[in-house]
Amino acid sequence: MSDWRYKFGENKGTVIAVAIFVVMFAIYLFNHPAITDQGFTVTAVTNVVNTACNKGVVLALVAMAQTLVVVTAGIDLSVGMVFILCNCLASIIVIGSPVQTAVGVLGVLAIGAVCGAINGVIVIFGRLQPIVTTIATGAVYFGAALWLRPDPDVADAFNNDFAAAMMGQLPGGIPASLLGLVVIALVIWVPFRRSTIGRAAYAIGSSEVAAYMSGVPIRRAKFTAYTLSGLLSAMAGLYLTFTTASGEASLANGNTYTLYSIAAVVLGGVSLFGGSGSAIGAIFGAFAYRAIGDLLFDFDVEPLWQPLFQGIVLLLSVCVGAAQLVRVRNRLDLFG
Amino acid sequence: MNTPVPLFQMEGVSKSYGGVRALEKAGLTVQAGRVHAILGENGAGKSTLIKIMSGVVAPDEGRMVFDGKEVTFPSPAAANRAGIACIFQELSLLPDLSVADNILISDPPKRFGLIDRKRQRALAEEALARAGAEDVHPLAPVKDLPLSRRQMVEIAKALMRKPRILILDEATSALTAADVTKVFAVIKRLRAEGLALLYISHRMHEIAELADDCSVFRNGRHVATYQAGTKSDADVVEMMIGREYSHVFPPKPAPASRETQPVIEVRNLSWTNRLKNISLAARPGEVVGLGGLDGQGQRELLLALFGVLKGLTGEVLVDGKKVEVTSPRQAKGKDIRMALIPEDRKTEGLMLPMSVGDNLSFAALSRFARGGVIDRTAERNRVAEMMKVLSVKSAGTDLPVGSLSGGNQQKVVIAKWLMIEPRIILLNDPTRGIDVGTKQEIYQLLRKLADGGAAVIFYSTDYDELIGCCDRVLVLYDGEVKRVLEGDQITERALIAGALNISTSEVSTGKGAGA
Amino acid sequence: MTAEAAAVPSISLRTLMRRIDPAVAIAYACVVLLLLIGGLYNSNFLSGDYLLQQLKVASFLGIIATGMMIVILLGQIDLSVPWVVAVGGMMSASAAAWGPVGIALAIPFGIACGVFLGFLNGIGVAYLRIPSMIVTLAINAVAQGLMVVHTGGYSPQDSASGAMRFIATGETLFGIPNALIVWLIVGAVTVFLLNRTVFGRAVYAIGNRERAAYLSGISTQRVVMFAFAMSGGLSAFGGILLAGYASKAAQAMGDPYLLPSIAAVVLGGTSILGGRGSYYGTIAGVMLITLLQSILSVMQMPEAGRQVIYGIVIVVMMLVYGRGRRVTG
Repeated sequence: MSDWRYKFGENKGTVIAVAIFVVMFAIYLFNHPAITDQGFTVTAVTNVVNTACNKGVVLALVAMAQTLVVVTAGIDLSVGMVFILCNCLASIIVIGSPVQTAVGVLGVLAIGAVCGAINGVIVIFGRLQPIVTTIATGAVYFGAALWLRPDPDVADAFNNDFAAAMMGQLPGGIPASLLGLVVIALVIWVPFRRSTIGRAAYAIGSSEVAAYMSGVPIRRAKFTAYTLSGLLSAMAGLYLTFTTASGEASLANGNTYTLYSIAAVVLGGVSLFGGSGSAIGAIFGAFAYRAIGDLLFDFDVEPLWQPLFQGIVLLLSVCVGAAQLVRVRNRLDLFG
Repeated sequence: MNTPVPLFQMEGVSKSYGGVRALEKAGLTVQAGRVHAILGENGAGKSTLIKIMSGVVAPDEGRMVFDGKEVTFPSPAAANRAGIACIFQELSLLPDLSVADNILISDPPKRFGLIDRKRQRALAEEALARAGAEDVHPLAPVKDLPLSRRQMVEIAKALMRKPRILILDEATSALTAADVTKVFAVIKRLRAEGLALLYISHRMHEIAELADDCSVFRNGRHVATYQAGTKSDADVVEMMIGREYSHVFPPKPAPASRETQPVIEVRNLSWTNRLKNISLAARPGEVVGLGGLDGQGQRELLLALFGVLKGLTGEVLVDGKKVEVTSPRQAKGKDIRMALIPEDRKTEGLMLPMSVGDNLSFAALSRFARGGVIDRTAERNRVAEMMKVLSVKSAGTDLPVGSLSGGNQQKVVIAKWLMIEPRIILLNDPTRGIDVGTKQEIYQLLRKLADGGAAVIFYSTDYDELIGCCDRVLVLYDGEVKRVLEGDQITERALIAGALNISTSEVSTGKGAGA
Repeated sequence: MTAEAAAVPSISLRTLMRRIDPAVAIAYACVVLLLLIGGLYNSNFLSGDYLLQQLKVASFLGIIATGMMIVILLGQIDLSVPWVVAVGGMMSASAAAWGPVGIALAIPFGIACGVFLGFLNGIGVAYLRIPSMIVTLAINAVAQGLMVVHTGGYSPQDSASGAMRFIATGETLFGIPNALIVWLIVGAVTVFLLNRTVFGRAVYAIGNRERAAYLSGISTQRVVMFAFAMSGGLSAFGGILLAGYASKAAQAMGDPYLLPSIAAVVLGGTSILGGRGSYYGTIAGVMLITLLQSILSVMQMPEAGRQVIYGIVIVVMMLVYGRGRRVTG
């Protein structure tokens, strides 16, 4: 019925992100050398999909982290740094026996959540702008990462079996990383979206004044959003460690992931002004953004062109929102 | 009024804002199962009254009794919990969220700790039906609804809180006629259910249809409460007028000859649905007033002339030549030389942390600049001159303008625009919230500017000012000029009748001294 | 003429006195304090040579922070600094490899590239009303993409021109580094621009309240666009000097300048919300950051500790200034 129209409207950004992803990925898949060489076999396809998933999941998690904050009309420029910090930390403490590994994983997640919580506390109680706060705390987190791993290093005692399990294929060729992502989305995002706190986060992003007048728990919602954002960045850091089995405090990597997370969020149909969009959209935005980069590989374009191509896609996608300016009747509305 | 126990009672409540008395020992008694209308002109204290009732502001003194118990409301949420819900003119909806989310924002139904969307939707549908808005889909995002539908959602949201007193502040002003009928049906049903309804409106026919009791406020005081239907419109207007004034206005010169070419002329100006076919002309030396209740399009009209609004239809002529002003920069340029004293000096007129001098010279900077470089000596001299002309009281031009009193700040806003030697001066309620002495100075100044050949268009919410200062007054109602008053016709009675859009003949039977 | 010339410094001094801001005073006090701490650790810290060397290093940051300050005064931010700096360095070095004409035009060409990117930022912010942090991030990505394609992803082999090396490393008068003189000139022009021109007044006004500035008949959109263009040009100029200093441009050469340039502006008492701040404060902020960096490295504080200290210092100072502003505003 007409319910569908509104449900579609609410998730339009996500649907578009899925569509972009499907098109991009289909082109990528059918032109992939492994497929064109070996033919369209199950093994070839699952292998390509698995590699793509393992590459995409990291960005998808960082994009989810960014979504949580962007929904409240904030921005988190420290996601990349929390991610790097947790990568370095994981390369040190996710080691040894299964029990030790489990403790290590929990430790990494806890540190990520604490980083996010610190951002939240400064933004809420210090009433500083999220952008500058997270630039500054990002420096602190990066410093901590450097302290942990002054030189890029392969983690000697890293639990490689666990990592291999997390990055491998399940029976039926389903990538384990994809399953992991689905579980994370179901355990973190869905409850958040459906809870009073999550709705409060959307309410704040939509109009903080109206949210206050409606008696919405503003502080709790912001705190939860920033903390969960840190937690998700930590998960991304863990995944990166699984892929590389090493930790590196790379400033460039941190900055790149922060930037890409914003790009993925924009492609995923999440409004940078807050109040609308979904982390599911951001996940597909992330995979689509990755696929854009990988497409060039299929067509033998030099990898050098990849950053430029991605930059231009990002620039165009942020400009799209400007179209609504045409509707402004009172020029004073431009100044907010 | 023979119902013995009132549901809500307010006694001796006063409230001042920075020395200005908004409410003075006001009282109000509300009965369950009745619609109580509140009447009064701009600044009579209506909005302060309902803000106190709904917990938005705290009274300075006085007491409130609700259901036999004395109460205080430290926040809107507290008033809500007690059972008072208010539908404000400014919408409190969250634009990106769905109608159902909005209606149940503060207390959604839950299952396993999460919001139960199915039940939420059912409850929202129920609330919408109660508000007479069955056609609004509970899953539609609020930002896609037209204004009138949003207002209905706002009513549904208020009803969801199961209030015992529902306050509707100009709740019908954004509604279409069909919606008004629906809202009336809802109000009547709620009355039958035993709710007390407080109804604030400037539409007399609505009050005549709905109200059981009416209370009239004037100057922050409660004037009278009477049973609806016991007074004529003329009596009501009589009760509303008679503000106390001690203003002295400068004498008005003889009206400009009809033949003189208007400095500015407007023909059939329209903008969205807020301005409808407005025509006016102002000749050199004339002060043209804009009257009517607040929010009838006066502000939009001034902004339209100043080049702020897009999508205007109609014509604007300056010195008989058609012009199209598309920015304030063009408006103040040397061909037009128009100035706008905006409504809110704190956000639109001044940069508060910047110095008095910087603010004063800001609009006219290009006059002191050669090649973009400011001639500081010229600037300083002119600023000093202006400070003297307007006798702005400030310990120095280096101080931040935010440190001045409200009246002096307003003088800075006016002086800033006098620096460009304007020929057309638009003023948007320039005396709101400033002291009597400064007001007098502003009246003198307006007249002096007009005498110097400028055309002044002056919007004021204070009828006395319109009477004292203006050569002609256009009364706006719902974006239209409903009445043009000239010379001796400009009386408080005529202004109020025009503002309420009731015909003068009904009022002319009233007696008593006007202003 | 002589009277005119004498009047200029006295007015600047007067403005300085009038606008003396507790935050600026604190920043200068911190500079002095750092020097004292350094001097206790090692008396070389107070020697003229050391100080001149520090001022030379500070010049690069100072020029980049100048553009950042103008943008922050508007209440905006420029996150495209890292790769616009690299664009400046790389494009001027490339130009220098094009023969005599290229050598002559290397510096203006590098600056022009930065101005162009800044204009794009400005159009996005002023006309398309996209939040500045997003547009500038996107332009940063595009600039990075362009440079990666241009250089092939390696550090470019083109050497800086003689003029670039001369202004970045040379000395002319009494052993004063040329870079410092360049910063002084840029600073003097900026002070003049901010205090004495219509543009400067408009920048402050827009930062305070763009609505009010617009209703006062200022083309606020044009001012914003030019401010971003200036910031782009100054970032690129900083990149040119850095390339001259190191004799060549390098990948990611601008990355270490984003955070310090914001930090210098904020530590110098400029409000991150815009509308308030003086260039003298930014100078103090730049010196503070440079000395902090230098002292920490002399004390052999690892990069990790420096990053942490940066971040904490910025948060703490902003909390202090932020509170003050809310009480008065």
